[in-house]
Amino acid sequence: MKRLLKGGRLVDPASGRDGAFDVLIDGDRISKIGKDLPVEAGTTVVEIPKGYVVCPGLIDIHVHLREPGQEHKETVATGTLAAVTGGFTAVACMPNTSPVNDNAGVTEYMLKKAAEANLARVYPIGAVSRGQKGEQLADIAELKRAGCVAITDDGRPVATALLMRRALEYASMFDMPVIEHCEEQTLKGDGVAHEGFQASSLGLRGIPGEAESIMALRDISLSSLTGGAVHIAHMSARQTLEAVRFGKARGARVTCEVTPHHFVLTDEMLAQPVAYDTNTKMNPPLREAADRDAMLAGLADGSIDVIATDHAPHAADEKHVEFDHAPFGITGLETAVSLCLDRLVHKGVLTLSRLIELLSVNPAGIIRVPGGSLAEGALADVTILAPDLAVTVNVAKMKSKSKNTPFDGWQLRGGVAATIVGGRVVYRNDACSTGL
Amino acid sequence: MKKDLLGIADLTPEDIYRVLETADAMREIGQRPIKKVPTLRGKTVVNLFYEPSTRTRTSFEIAEKRLSADTLNVAVAASSVLKGETLVDTAMNIEAMAPDMIVLRHASSGACHLLSRICKSRIINAGDGMHEHPTQALLDAFTIREHKKDIAGLKIAIVGDLLHSRVLRSNALLLTKLGADLWVCGPPTLLPPGIECLGVHVTTSVEEAVQDADVIMMLRIQQERMQGAFFPSLREYFNVFGMTRERVSLAKPDVIIMHPGPMNRGVEIASDVADGPYSVILEQVANGVAVRMAVLYLLAGGVEDETAA
Repeated sequence: MKRLLKGGRLVDPASGRDGAFDVLIDGDRISKIGKDLPVEAGTTVVEIPKGYVVCPGLIDIHVHLREPGQEHKETVATGTLAAVTGGFTAVACMPNTSPVNDNAGVTEYMLKKAAEANLARVYPIGAVSRGQKGEQLADIAELKRAGCVAITDDGRPVATALLMRRALEYASMFDMPVIEHCEEQTLKGDGVAHEGFQASSLGLRGIPGEAESIMALRDISLSSLTGGAVHIAHMSARQTLEAVRFGKARGARVTCEVTPHHFVLTDEMLAQPVAYDTNTKMNPPLREAADRDAMLAGLADGSIDVIATDHAPHAADEKHVEFDHAPFGITGLETAVSLCLDRLVHKGVLTLSRLIELLSVNPAGIIRVPGGSLAEGALADVTILAPDLAVTVNVAKMKSKSKNTPFDGWQLRGGVAATIVGGRVVYRNDACSTGL
Repeated sequence: MKKDLLGIADLTPEDIYRVLETADAMREIGQRPIKKVPTLRGKTVVNLFYEPSTRTRTSFEIAEKRLSADTLNVAVAASSVLKGETLVDTAMNIEAMAPDMIVLRHASSGACHLLSRICKSRIINAGDGMHEHPTQALLDAFTIREHKKDIAGLKIAIVGDLLHSRVLRSNALLLTKLGADLWVCGPPTLLPPGIECLGVHVTTSVEEAVQDADVIMMLRIQQERMQGAFFPSLREYFNVFGMTRERVSLAKPDVIIMHPGPMNRGVEIASDVADGPYSVILEQVANGVAVRMAVLYLLAGGVEDETAA
């Protein structure tokens, strides 16, 4: 089956195209891109409304799908449904499942569930260490062969420099990056919020930004030592951004990501509108305005490589407890695009083309998977954005099994019109008429 | 006043004065031969304590009984918090029995805010984690006013473990709202980051803090803080920050010494200071009952003005 996307604004940073181009999809591949492509017989023509954007499918490289083991929070099926609803054609899922994804059995289980759901592509990320215990390396070759694209002990930083060194050395054999949740555990202590005035005034134990930057500096140094690629997950502190700039300037193989909540929100959310709202509790914590502004600056100047959501679903009753006892994390797949368009593109921080780099081109490059471009012959993973769509975030309508987001009720400009994975339309937004 | 008393942060200076003036009237009840008025007759007050407390719980209970409320004490062992029923479920169960007020003491900051969102009962915060202890700050203000009339312009020094202290936070909010010149002092390891944003002077010199002070308020030092490496030893703490007669002599001649209790004699305060002529520590305890009666009365709606009679 052939489908011709006609009339949209094509934004494809990989080829440098940004303008009125038609896209011809044949089966699961993109067969042709050009201006005013002729309509061949047997081709379905899809008139893309004026102002809509056709771009390579978005890829979220930091997602917790919770399956196996925590299916009450999310499953591969509900998580990938949330992903395509949020415009993501692929997600990379974290290994802190139960059991931990430290062996081929768990990886294959995840991929089997993903094939059954048949929505977004799922790229499992394996554990650095067996059981994420920080002692012995996991069987990384086996994980790679089973389909893992990177390794991380996300949620549990690799505690010793020696193990991190070994992980970087060993993973480089497979050209896999090591993704690090940077957090020096003794400095974090039992902290639950960013260390600063807000936490002090609310009586919450603080986590300083340096807990993150110290480990980022360690890992950047180890990357230089070993030549291995390190990717800093969910960067939140301005000190970490400085560390990344320092590393990049010296040619270290370091990349980094930031979440929408860390470039939109600050720790003032801890106090209001709802004091001690557990949907403002995440790790790393919401930091102060200077950190949020640094993240925006890092996005604008190119220091930051990727926007990833750290989608961390938790059941309502798990979050409906004292702030100290609530689990860290919020969902993100279904709010990311609207937050990015509203806060980055419409506010003039980034061009649309640069946003697509952060959400598609660079994520694909870092975990070395197909996608991130709309070249002829490439997989037809396509996201269609409605950059001016008026969106009101409504948790009741979210597809994720969990509803833990601080953005409920937010009014944002920009959303997702449709999501195409391998030539199949897997999501259509009822509020948009794309003719798909 | 609002439905609940969650913290001093929610109170205006007018609210604070109203509590203090009401407490003045309430104190007289405690001096009668029959220390009971019918003001809260038929009202049910649940004292829900998730942390051990002698002084605060007793003080609330006496205050409730003097106002003729039906009181019920629920003490929840700390260990059962993580194992058993959630705070929300416990609160919903208590709420189902239709109490009028819940007095909550809890180890987690913001626990009373959570209850406030789910309960129709009025919530009184009797101490939440490291956050606030509003009735303590109110009784401290009441005690200061007994000795110094006006709080505005007084130099007040608070010395001790500022980081973990809910008494500090409530007092800092209250005393700055009423215009005191507030100095807070402790080792740098026990200073809450950003505390200066509350409009207080921060110093690590106890001599500077108490110099010409009208009021010195000591905070408890918990022995387990040494394990967290906040300071080297109790002996060294006393040498650097302990309130001794020599240090008290730097303050104004009519200085008063306060402590919210429980005291560690020889750690944050020398015994001869705690028991000395400047000490108002037991007056604080006595005033606690009157201030809590005032809070209960005002939150109950300030009904039937017969109380004050």
